Amino acid sequence: MFYREAGQFKTSYTADMSVFPILQDRVGLAIILIVAVAIIPFFGSGFLLQAVMTPFLVFALATIGLNLLTGYTGLLSLGTGAFMGVGAYACYKLTTYFPDVNLIVWIIVSGFFSAAVGVLFGLPSLRIKGFYLAVATLAAQFFLSWCFIRQPWFYNYNVSGAIEVPTRTLFGIPITGATSSDATRYFIVLGFVIAMTWLASNLVHGRIGRMWMAVRDMDLAAELIGIRLLRTKLLAFAISSFYCGVAGALMVFMWYGSAEPSVFDVNLSFYILFMVIIGGLGSLTGSFFGAALIYILPILLRYVPAEFGMPIQSSTVEHIQYMVIGALIVFFLIVEPAGLARLWQVGKQKLRVWPFPY
Amino acid sequence: MRMKHALLGAAVMVSAALPLAPASAADTIYVPLFSYRTGPFAGSGTPIVNGMADYLNMLNERDGGIGGVKLVVEECETGYDTKKGLECYEQVKSKNPVVVNPYSTGITLPLIPKAAIDKVPILSMAYGLSASADGNTFPWVFNPPATYWDGASMFVAYAGQQEGGMEKLKGKKLGLVYLDAPYGKEPIPVLEALAKDYGFELKLYPVPAAEMQNQSSQWLNIRRDRPDWLYLQGFGAMNPTAVKEAAKNNFKMDHLIGNWWAGGDDDARPAGDGAKGYLSLNFNQVGTDIPVIQDIIKYLVDKGKSQTPKDKVGENLYNRGVYNSMIIAEGIRNAQKLSGKKVIDGADMRRGLETLVIDEARLKEMGAAGFVAPVKVTCADHNGHNAAYMAKWDGTKWTKGSDWIQPIKAKVEPLIDEAAKAYAAGNAGWPKRTEACDAK
Amino acid sequence: MDLLYKVFLDPFVQMGTAPDLLVQTLWDGLVAGVLYSLIALGFVLIFKASGVFNFAQGIMVVFAALTLVGLHEKGVPAYLALAITLAVMFGLAVGVERLMLRPLVNQPDIILFMATFGLTYFLIGFGELVFGGNPKVMIASELGLPKGAVDINFAGGFVSLQKIDIAAAIIASLMVAALAVFFQKTRIGRALRAVADSHKAALSVGISLNQIWVIVWFAAGVVALATGIMWGARSEVSFALQIIALKALPVLILGGFTSIPGAIVGGLIIGIGEKVGEFYWGPLLGSGIETWLAYVIALVFLLFRPQGLFGEKIIERI
Repeated sequence: MFYREAGQFKTSYTADMSVFPILQDRVGLAIILIVAVAIIPFFGSGFLLQAVMTPFLVFALATIGLNLLTGYTGLLSLGTGAFMGVGAYACYKLTTYFPDVNLIVWIIVSGFFSAAVGVLFGLPSLRIKGFYLAVATLAAQFFLSWCFIRQPWFYNYNVSGAIEVPTRTLFGIPITGATSSDATRYFIVLGFVIAMTWLASNLVHGRIGRMWMAVRDMDLAAELIGIRLLRTKLLAFAISSFYCGVAGALMVFMWYGSAEPSVFDVNLSFYILFMVIIGGLGSLTGSFFGAALIYILPILLRYVPAEFGMPIQSSTVEHIQYMVIGALIVFFLIVEPAGLARLWQVGKQKLRVWPFPY
Repeated sequence: MRMKHALLGAAVMVSAALPLAPASAADTIYVPLFSYRTGPFAGSGTPIVNGMADYLNMLNERDGGIGGVKLVVEECETGYDTKKGLECYEQVKSKNPVVVNPYSTGITLPLIPKAAIDKVPILSMAYGLSASADGNTFPWVFNPPATYWDGASMFVAYAGQQEGGMEKLKGKKLGLVYLDAPYGKEPIPVLEALAKDYGFELKLYPVPAAEMQNQSSQWLNIRRDRPDWLYLQGFGAMNPTAVKEAAKNNFKMDHLIGNWWAGGDDDARPAGDGAKGYLSLNFNQVGTDIPVIQDIIKYLVDKGKSQTPKDKVGENLYNRGVYNSMIIAEGIRNAQKLSGKKVIDGADMRRGLETLVIDEARLKEMGAAGFVAPVKVTCADHNGHNAAYMAKWDGTKWTKGSDWIQPIKAKVEPLIDEAAKAYAAGNAGWPKRTEACDAK
Repeated sequence: MDLLYKVFLDPFVQMGTAPDLLVQTLWDGLVAGVLYSLIALGFVLIFKASGVFNFAQGIMVVFAALTLVGLHEKGVPAYLALAITLAVMFGLAVGVERLMLRPLVNQPDIILFMATFGLTYFLIGFGELVFGGNPKVMIASELGLPKGAVDINFAGGFVSLQKIDIAAAIIASLMVAALAVFFQKTRIGRALRAVADSHKAALSVGISLNQIWVIVWFAAGVVALATGIMWGARSEVSFALQIIALKALPVLILGGFTSIPGAIVGGLIIGIGEKVGEFYWGPLLGSGIETWLAYVIALVFLLFRPQGLFGEKIIERI
């Protein structure tokens, strides 16, 4: 009823091919942005900002990164955690060596470090495919984790062996460390996520994105129509790792505040992969859905028993939560293997003709 | 319609945040406990949090709380996962907690800078950052009764004593088997410093976290190097595997010394008879033969008000949890005395912990004479560097294996000073201490 | 020069001067390799028959061992507990087939892979809920497994062989032999191989896919139980054991996802390779290299044989 495109005429090819061709979609996006920018930071509690939204956005960014690689280019990677770690450690090294340069610059630069490492470990992808490649990327995961633990240079020979986030300012306002406000850090993460989502959207809708998808659908055929496989695959690794690197830097600097190497272990890689698959392979919207379902749902589940006043031990809640999440993953996969993004599309399609389907 | 979805989404978010708003009960003291009853380390997490909860609940049952104020004890499950720990922290922060016990080094580290801002003291009992014992740099962090560095120095002191004098350590080989993570690496600086002073050779055997249950390479190295003494800074499943490997490699059990987190009943039991003689540092007595533990059994366990099975009461880590809660309770009591308020907040608690003195007389009053060594915290020293003893595994349970051993304070304290300064320098803009000192 | 010496000569000098340690290293590597092979075997069985990359194999190991020990703790005699555990693993296989595989039939590999993640989560929660998360001692002696060690004096030192490790090696070989016979000689085994070749062709000649799936998942469950008992006896039964299952992944790529001999040979190469590498070359790099050495070994092999040592040749058509 509300979601109708009747009366909206496209007069040019560009308009027809735009990312959000329907007015309601654009309005919806605008409202989400307004809520994210103007409502949540001012009315949300510290818990909402610091324990829900900031982590959610960081994970969404990393999920977009992995989605570019796995969803769009079809290269399965289990090294996400390590690439995020490269970003975080690079940012830490840079900001401790050059404390005067603004941290925002270093966060972006650390993405390039991560991209370089990603390209290096992406090299075998030309020869190795599918699950074999996934396990090969595990080599990156374990090797880099080992570096963060065993090579003290990475953590500046700290006694604690962890990296700690120094206080840095932007226009005189602290943006990291304990003195910065939850809202400031949320804004920075949000800014990165919006800018990089926009960038990713342009990438995947453009020439590069089409090359990626051609490679994903059949790399041999793609090669025959003149796509240079090595370059395309490495570009995917580079850009994907760039996103993961920035997400990793944001994770430590804007959320954790200090990180042990174990933060970037293989479980993080799996965690991000969950988000990609549940959200929908090859969908940017899906990346947000996936991150929300995997990260926020457990938090909600924690409070369900408390809300109903059930006196259950916290550990029992945790156990049941594990079972529920496991069952939900299988359930969602059965209902819609193409992920939540597909579910969302089907829903929109139904809405278009609601309440009078054919 | 999409708008509707968005609003719905926002509504869900907000409602998710709502139940966390403080249910302001003005006449109770809120003590959150971070637990890890799940995950790979649940074996040590469960008894600790059982002990912590039981002691505080016992105070509620027996005395009606502390100073007439009931304690609200609430667990938040972290699963030893930093991510969840931070979530727990944000969740309890709004409920005006008097103290936070992070129970994981990984959770403690990010909370340290937050403590001063949020006015919530951190009590990391003998874990976390050793340097945080420096009260001048870390006014909001407390880690009594001893730091990892004290622990490592006690190991050296004990080895020296057994060899017949510290000078006999010269030319000996002392090894450290540790979990390759910030927690495991903690004792290295102090052992390196002591190696220089006493002329022994330090050998390091890192065990990667993923290889916790697969340590044959490390123990082959130990067999090759033949160290005279070994210190085990392990955790979770790493400890029983290490103890088993030691037995397998014919390492002398009474020369293998675990730190206090390597002294759980589950750490030694799997190795069975092979572990006989295994030593572990400890600062609390085990068993139920202590009045305060008897009170817990009487008021809680026998009445079915505890989560702890009766046969697990009195285990080493359970008793350590009780000890941890005794420090919390004494801190609260002290804070009530200092501030004159009944319902205290985090800032009062900080003052209370900073002037905490639990002497023999007080221990006796608490029904814990001989249970632990006396504790004294000062403004400058948030730790006390208290003594510990060697617990000895007799094949079925822990027994007392030595007298109280003092840490080598003269060596540890300068290192702590130095590390605290390095920490403050590394974290540019680290706040100077402004909190007044209450010491009389 | 010094570095070259340390890399190329010194380790061999050490091997020569302390042959007992070399033999011990090889033996430890062999035992670790056998256990990696067992985990990999579980993966291979399932991958062969259903094309599912079963991430849950690791947690199945923990779950099986936990059920066994948990039941014994509740007072069930050891052998009865073993039987009940086998029944539980069978129930699990049926459940997985009914609730997970059947609705997901014909989905892309990655979706099935993801579903096994769901299964992993479920089993972690379920296992902890029923038996508790605290580590447990494996009931090795109650099951009649040997204890203690045989110390062999050798070249001025000694080589210590744990009896439980010897038993593990024997049981693993028996299990592999039994599986090989099962696959080659029995009707079900032939059906299984047919399914592995082509689901559709197998269906069209009247092979019941569902039945085959239950059988392979049960077989993988039995392998998981054996692994759990062996590894549990080496340390203890806890959820941390799950991490070790990741070690089976390089074994798999080395051996190929579909080859049982590959899993065995791959396991032995990885097991021995990483122990020898860690012991003799690890200190050069700051030790702890065994966490990634296995993957690098596998990666190098892969660059030359992208389908693994024993994998089926990948043929690509447009």
